[in-house]
Amino acid sequence: MSTRLTTGGRLLNKSKQVTFSFNGKQFTGFEGDTLASALLANDQMLMGRSFKYHRPRGVVASGAEEPNALVNLGKGGKFEPNQRATTTELYDGLTCTSQNHWPSLEFDVGVVNNYAARALPAGFYYKTFMAPAAAWKHVFEPIVRHSAGLGKAPKDRDADRYEHFYAFFDVVVVGGGVAGLMAAKAAGKVGAKVLLMEQTAHWGGRAPVDGGKVDGVKVDDFIDATVAELEVMDNVTLRNRMMGAGVYDHGYILGYERLTDHAPLMDGPRHRLWRIRAKQIVTATGAIERPLSFAGNDIPGVMLASAMRDYIVNHGVSSGDRVVVVANNDDAYRTAFTLKIHGLDVPVILDARPNGGGPLADAAREQGFRVENGKGIAKVKGGKRVTGVAICSQAGEGAVLEEIACDAVAMSGGWSPVVHLWSHCGGKLIWDEVQAHFRPDPDRAPTSHDGNPFVSTAGTASGPLKLDDVLVDGLKAGEAAAEAAGFIVTAAEAPKGEVHDEAPLQACWLMPQGAGPKLRMKAWLDYQNDVKVSDVKLAAQEGYESVEHTKRYTTLGMATDQGKLSNINGLAVLSDALNQPIPATGTTTFRPPYTPISMGAIAGEARDEVFQPLRRTPIHDWHEASGAFFEPVGHWRRPYCFLRGSESHADAVSREIRQTRDSVGLLDASTLGKIIVKGPDAGKFLDMMYTNMMSSLKPGKCRYGLMCNENGFLIDDGVVARIDEDTFLCHTTTGGAERIHGWMEDWLQCEWWDWQVYTANVTEQYAQIAVVGPNARKVIEKLGGEMDVSKEGLAFMEWKDGKIGGFDARAYRISFSGELSYEIAVPASQGRAFWDALLEAGAEFNIMPYGTEALHVMRAEKGFIMIGDETDGTVIPQDLNMQWAISKKKEDFLGKRAQMRDHMASDDRWKLAGFETEDGSVIPDGAYIVNHGTNANGQRNVQGRVTSTYYSPTLDRGIAMGLIHGGMKRLGDVVEFNKVDGSTVKAKVVDPVFYDKDGEKQNV
Amino acid sequence: MSKAVSALDGVTFDGFAKVEETRLRGMITVRGDLASKEMAAAVTAATGAAVPEVRKVTFGNTGAVAWMSPDELLVVVDYEAANTTVATLTDALKDSHALVANVSDARAVFRLSGDSSRDVLAKLAPVDFAKDAFGAADIRRSRIAQVPAAVWGNEDGSFEVICFRSVAQYVFDVLKVSAQPGGEVGFHCRA
Repeated sequence: MSTRLTTGGRLLNKSKQVTFSFNGKQFTGFEGDTLASALLANDQMLMGRSFKYHRPRGVVASGAEEPNALVNLGKGGKFEPNQRATTTELYDGLTCTSQNHWPSLEFDVGVVNNYAARALPAGFYYKTFMAPAAAWKHVFEPIVRHSAGLGKAPKDRDADRYEHFYAFFDVVVVGGGVAGLMAAKAAGKVGAKVLLMEQTAHWGGRAPVDGGKVDGVKVDDFIDATVAELEVMDNVTLRNRMMGAGVYDHGYILGYERLTDHAPLMDGPRHRLWRIRAKQIVTATGAIERPLSFAGNDIPGVMLASAMRDYIVNHGVSSGDRVVVVANNDDAYRTAFTLKIHGLDVPVILDARPNGGGPLADAAREQGFRVENGKGIAKVKGGKRVTGVAICSQAGEGAVLEEIACDAVAMSGGWSPVVHLWSHCGGKLIWDEVQAHFRPDPDRAPTSHDGNPFVSTAGTASGPLKLDDVLVDGLKAGEAAAEAAGFIVTAAEAPKGEVHDEAPLQACWLMPQGAGPKLRMKAWLDYQNDVKVSDVKLAAQEGYESVEHTKRYTTLGMATDQGKLSNINGLAVLSDALNQPIPATGTTTFRPPYTPISMGAIAGEARDEVFQPLRRTPIHDWHEASGAFFEPVGHWRRPYCFLRGSESHADAVSREIRQTRDSVGLLDASTLGKIIVKGPDAGKFLDMMYTNMMSSLKPGKCRYGLMCNENGFLIDDGVVARIDEDTFLCHTTTGGAERIHGWMEDWLQCEWWDWQVYTANVTEQYAQIAVVGPNARKVIEKLGGEMDVSKEGLAFMEWKDGKIGGFDARAYRISFSGELSYEIAVPASQGRAFWDALLEAGAEFNIMPYGTEALHVMRAEKGFIMIGDETDGTVIPQDLNMQWAISKKKEDFLGKRAQMRDHMASDDRWKLAGFETEDGSVIPDGAYIVNHGTNANGQRNVQGRVTSTYYSPTLDRGIAMGLIHGGMKRLGDVVEFNKVDGSTVKAKVVDPVFYDKDGEKQNV
Repeated sequence: MSKAVSALDGVTFDGFAKVEETRLRGMITVRGDLASKEMAAAVTAATGAAVPEVRKVTFGNTGAVAWMSPDELLVVVDYEAANTTVATLTDALKDSHALVANVSDARAVFRLSGDSSRDVLAKLAPVDFAKDAFGAADIRRSRIAQVPAAVWGNEDGSFEVICFRSVAQYVFDVLKVSAQPGGEVGFHCRA
């Protein structure tokens, strides 16, 4: 059984007991435990079920590489699935449940898949779910969904908050083990601004567990002293519980800081995502031990040798009373020693190397361990827990020599450097034959904009595994990084690490090396995705040669652990099957993040009220308080209509229109874009930007203009006012303000850089209010001031500066409704006061605001087009019968050339016309004008579509504009628009100007 | 001008740094040749300050001048003085190709003060706010979370964040969220 020991547990605070629950059972642990160590302490070795076969699984590792021990963690708004028990720090009140089991962890119906495993090989899904098509939706998918999947999806809103943090460093060191500490110190000493991050809560990495001395003192004390030294350096920042998640171009690196995961009741953000720019990055990310591939290597109780050591030394927890150690290297002997020191039984050490190990093996024999050279495990016995192992000769095919009872197996297949961060940005690897691992190739580092390397590695992440080499490598990496960041470095002497000679390991990719199909089918490579040696062999047999293809076919390395334990073993098996050396197979691509990071951390502060910026006009608050029903227009919210009492939206729109047409209404038009264009070449520039002539506009006058892109399509429209000889003010659509300003600057900066023109976007400088209706002039005159707004004083399509009431105003006599209309701009800070003054002055005329829908209906009644309604990026001005707005005198304008192309100039296009239904009804939005017959796809032929369709309260009937083949030549034709219910509605083609055709009302 | 109100009417928040919307400010966009004699004369006439270096702010008797881009400055004066300053600048630049525009009402300004102000800003803007990289009279035209903004450092160690008026509420809210107690970073200001 696994249990708490009286010895060990250097990270525990045994005076602080905490309680937690797993699958509803109450357990206790200590402060300093991980969830995994605390579960082991309570003899809960079984922690989950596998993804595909639902096999019982226990913890294998002790860190970020853990594939099996994933839990649903927390409750309600703090619930999160797929949390690794090995990296979850225990806290009082923690609740979690195991995943992927039904109905219970101990008894899982899905385990039948296990017995049917022979029928579920690699590529099973691809081969099985091909046909019939309907079977996927109705048969296969529901079954697969029920049986597959890991954790549950959260149901409640995330109760936590998150944030980003931008920081800049000379040198960022990832990994707070001895190599990282050395590197940070070396760079910090010469003055570099350094960040050292460590993903766990503790400094020193594996060194305190593996032991040894540095300069004659215990490595633990060396670590404490180094941390203390770093802490007092002003230019060095130490952050633990922070993982290097990804390395990107130009020294960009993401740090994932977990602030309150270990104490969820603590105030403050849960995660902070550090978005860092570093001149140099040193990855001191250590190495991960590889499992060995033997039959039954996934049975709970089979663990990495180093992990078993970690649990004893760090957490005072044994994984079993009788532990068989199996390895191909010397390091695993340390686990045997540790087990023995803590009073646990090691019946045998199986060393797969025919000649066995070095001094550590000799020491083991001296201490009385039974050491068997050239031996391995034929299979592990047991179901939900290891009960014993069958021993065989590594060189053979698995003939059982002996069975040994045990309740745990410690395995070690050698160590692989954590090369992820090195590789994210293109660092290349070399195959190290001696250590049987891929390690970073220092000659092919990731390079920055200047072609120089910006990532280096330190310590075991570089390849060396021994303490002495690690200290030297860490120091050198720190010095080199500081130098590359521009600091002057004089090489220092590295502290001396205690050296133990070790015999070289011998690569062991399958145990025994001649294992037949039956054993290979039970030898797991990828625990989380249930990929076995047999699956990779099958993939190779079926022609998958590329490691990337094999990965996707077998799903090897595609689980949430991204194959931290399985990748190297898997590609070694593939290489063997393909009969090629391992470097010829290569690795799959390492991509960020190193381990999954929370969605909350990615979103940062962007949630709730700051999810997205909301733009508000100076009158927004009044709208909000006055019944406005808002619609989004870009990031603005504009009132669609203002509701009164219990009236419907449609009633409100009708009321607003009638009031405006009969008396006077107000529109908050502040959102319209306003761009100043100034300079000696401003006229020439605007002649290029607009289709019509702007250079001939007289100061004091306004002109409506169209803008096209270089492909000839309409992109914006608005009124241009000439302020003086050199200055124009261009109005754009609400959504066009920033886009058109950028468009202008693009042309000025990239194409016509020698033209003397400056632009400025002054959209938000003004609150702009349209006073509209037959009584508009009376309302303005009532406010007083010195501005003459009479028909003669301010004629249609003129503008004027002056005082209206006490306000500094610029009034434009322009109309988008067909009524007498003034658009008056005042400084935004006075906008609300001006609005209030207009409401007061207009009270006797029953003045009321109208929203965007009333604006739309009134402009449609007048046949005015709207960018985004009549245009969709494929419409040219000619389609909208707007030849009048296209200058024929100008040599050029943006879009001119495109509009001369055959298809654009053709008459055979859909063009604008008005439509009136015969029954007076409103044509549905988006309706097509149907035509005879069907097309090649059996769809009804069409000859046009509606672009704007409304109920007109002024005419008390439905009105519409649309594009129809032939356009105004079809006047008088009766056509049919389709409806949602499948029927059609008849409509007559008419002039799109439905109201006041001669424009008398706006010109009074 | 008593009717003129700033976007949020002087709202404040006390977190681990203090956030306050300042009163209205006169702000004038000036575009032109920053190296010209005329520009130097115009800016001095309006504020008493010199044309700033790249990413710097200069201060004069009657106002400050901030570098905005290779051909753009922001002149900051009292709100009440904005129109006369526009006139002064326009007059001084009448013989050169230049653009002078009053944008006083298009903006909102927040002052951030307290030892941890730098940490609050560093949560929202991709700018190096380290003391040796960003100090008094430095300015960055960057963004605050999702919207454009400029930040400058004052002599007294406080900062000013200038944004568009329409997003004043958003900028105040993100500053508030970022200055919320519990979110201290202790980075730019070590505990």
